[in-house]
Amino acid sequence: MCLGIPGQIVEIIDVTKNLATVDVSGVKRQVNIACIVDENHSVESCVGDWVLVHVGFAMSRINEEEAQKTLALLTELGEAQKEVEAILLARTEGAL
Amino acid sequence: MKYVDEFRDPVLAQKLIAEIEQLTAQILKENKRFADRPIQLMEFCGGHTHTIFRYGIEQLLPKSIELIHGPGCPVCVLPMGRVDDCVSLAERPEVIFATFGDAMRVPGSKKSLLQAKADGADVRMVYSPLDALTLARKHPDREVIFFALGFETTMPSTALTVLEAEREGLDNFSLFCNHITTVPIIKAILDSPNMQLDGLLAPGHVSMVVGEAPFHFVADTYKKPIVITGFEPLDIVQSIWLLLRQLAQGQCLMENQYARIVTRDGNQPGLAAIARVYQLRDFFEWRGLGSIEDSGVRITDAYARFDAERKFPVPNVKIADPSSCQCGEVLKGEIKPWQCKVFGSQCTPETPMGALMVSSEGACAAYYNFGNLPELMALKEKAVVAK
Amino acid sequence: MTTPTPGLRKRSGKLKGDTINMSHGGGGKAMRDLIEDVFITAFDNAHLDLMEDQARIDLAVLTARGDRLALTTDSYVVDPIFFPGGDIGKLSVCGTVNDLAVSGAVPLYLTCGVIIEEGLSVADLRTIVKSMKEAADRAGVKIITGDTKVVDRGACDKIFINTAGVGVIQKNLHIDAGRARPGDLILINGYIGDHGAAILGARGDLSIENNILSDCAPLNGLISDLLAACPDVHCMRDATRGGIASVLNEIADSSNVCIKIKETAIPIRPDVRGMCEILGLDPLYLANEGKIIIVVPGAQADKALQALQKSSSQLGRESAVIGEVKDGHEGIVILQTAFGGERIVDMLVGDQLPRIC
Repeated sequence: MCLGIPGQIVEIIDVTKNLATVDVSGVKRQVNIACIVDENHSVESCVGDWVLVHVGFAMSRINEEEAQKTLALLTELGEAQKEVEAILLARTEGAL
Repeated sequence: MKYVDEFRDPVLAQKLIAEIEQLTAQILKENKRFADRPIQLMEFCGGHTHTIFRYGIEQLLPKSIELIHGPGCPVCVLPMGRVDDCVSLAERPEVIFATFGDAMRVPGSKKSLLQAKADGADVRMVYSPLDALTLARKHPDREVIFFALGFETTMPSTALTVLEAEREGLDNFSLFCNHITTVPIIKAILDSPNMQLDGLLAPGHVSMVVGEAPFHFVADTYKKPIVITGFEPLDIVQSIWLLLRQLAQGQCLMENQYARIVTRDGNQPGLAAIARVYQLRDFFEWRGLGSIEDSGVRITDAYARFDAERKFPVPNVKIADPSSCQCGEVLKGEIKPWQCKVFGSQCTPETPMGALMVSSEGACAAYYNFGNLPELMALKEKAVVAK
Repeated sequence: MTTPTPGLRKRSGKLKGDTINMSHGGGGKAMRDLIEDVFITAFDNAHLDLMEDQARIDLAVLTARGDRLALTTDSYVVDPIFFPGGDIGKLSVCGTVNDLAVSGAVPLYLTCGVIIEEGLSVADLRTIVKSMKEAADRAGVKIITGDTKVVDRGACDKIFINTAGVGVIQKNLHIDAGRARPGDLILINGYIGDHGAAILGARGDLSIENNILSDCAPLNGLISDLLAACPDVHCMRDATRGGIASVLNEIADSSNVCIKIKETAIPIRPDVRGMCEILGLDPLYLANEGKIIIVVPGAQADKALQALQKSSSQLGRESAVIGEVKDGHEGIVILQTAFGGERIVDMLVGDQLPRIC
């Protein structure tokens, strides 16, 4: 029961019913955005937001900063590894 | 596709795998308890199981890591008796029975919903509970029942649909509620004497709704590392890395790998809707796992008119699994799908005996369709030779 | 020489009314009017003008073209009957033409049997028949005989069409699902899943707004360009119901070989991908109506690819090499996923129910 797909909200269809159109790679569907609307986020303000869509509902906003952080950690991993390898190699070759 | 392709990047995967290999070697060296068994990590959620098989993740990992597939698949744990209840409701002439696709093929004691449809019942496959509401609006002379399935992930959607039905004053719409909760079943697994787990990948979309707090107990009480995990292949591999890092450093924490979606406090509007429409059942039956306390929800009295169980009679008979069925052991991770004596012979996707072979998130279906290359090759080659 | 002379019989029937009713299938005047006014007028060829119970084809004409007759039949029951990129008429011609063409045959003649549900609008029928003629012209085939039945409301769904087709295979061509060998490469002529996605998208119940068009097209022109450059094609199949996964499994099974394909090499449109992601569908199993899987000896692959990409039919512009035939693990299709890991691609079981959960 976990299929969720990222998509972008491109327009509001019905403010009272919390309905919006989400775009997933060029195909569009109606979604209910009640879960991402609160006193800090009005219905109209959701246009442009990236959300996770699950069975016709936008369940959560996707936090771009956190997404970048997650990916950065992964990229750094490899970099740190390369540095360690370089040091080890230098040691064995007597450079350090 | 944004937020998808980046998390399927094979180059980043290779980096992570190299790290994982190092950590694994370190853990094995420093921990006597892995002298004669692999590091055992469980992914609880069926969605994770599906990703693992779809992308062949298990073969990328060192052999000394074993992934144990948990029971977090709501379709897989549907008892046969409950399917019979669905069929009985669907066969009522006034009823339009709306359901998610996966649930349609689960065998009941006599038939599945798909077979009931072929026999004339009005069963409709929908993508969203809101589609079922649309059917109710379109057919005021019929009773629309939506088969509400899923863990906490899907509860906000069905609850909000009931609230919308209330707002519109619809009286021909109800839910047949089979929502189940995650924590009691994780506890049941951790309490099981047969289970040796070294870490857990927690269901990311359940956490999206309920937040991080409900999963702290795994680290605090049961002393097992737990990582809230996303659903792309890189998310899963990164979570495995995080678990191994904890094991290597002797830590025992709850970490959130899926921070781009999961917040500490979860989804407030979703939780509010759940609180209005649902309350815990004392007991709920799980296929293969028996009756578990506080593991299911039912509709509150305030919303009784949207409760199909109160609106219509259901047989409500507890049906035992066929004796040759080993669904329970597979669900608990005690045996692997191909170790079930009917796997691939009497039980196949074409002739399923249990829901694990029917649901695309079921471990058996995943093994059968995507293969765990070495084991399945052997099975298929036997079939090819036999032909 | 028995080519029928055109204009031998005046077509005088005029169909009355806006909808088809039972009398149109009764064998009497109304049926004659339907056949003459709608079918014979549209399909417009000398064979039909003869109004015989059967079409007669000169054998010498056939044997001059090759040494084997290819014969195929298919019934078309697609719903909805009109979909983005085509309709049941276009499908009924292209599907049968393609079934002939993948054997290497030059498709020549088609039959057209229709079963019409009482109440179908005449306008819809004319549109469908016009599509059939357009597709036939594009493919260079003639529809030379047919049958019409009308059934009670509810006894069929709007219209069902059956087309049988004949073509002739040249002496030097031996294309056969059992001919794949290790070292062969596997090609496809473009994007996968367009037809399946278009049909799903056209079904109102899933409410997915999209601009996806069916890839329905006659492929005989593309195939003849391919065979002219590369006659030693080992296998060729059109990937219709069950998608490329089914065809690859059929070939792996018939040839008793292992097929390995690369996910990153398989062309797929972003919006078809989007639809699959939302619905939890695997595009490998989506239907196509204008795509063929081609297996050629490794050394011929470049030539084959060029011929497809440059074909004047324009139906091979996005052709690509998607995999290879290997030793070991006979009968099995393996996918190297975009993530790096490998998994098996099995035959589809039942209908691909969208993964909702």
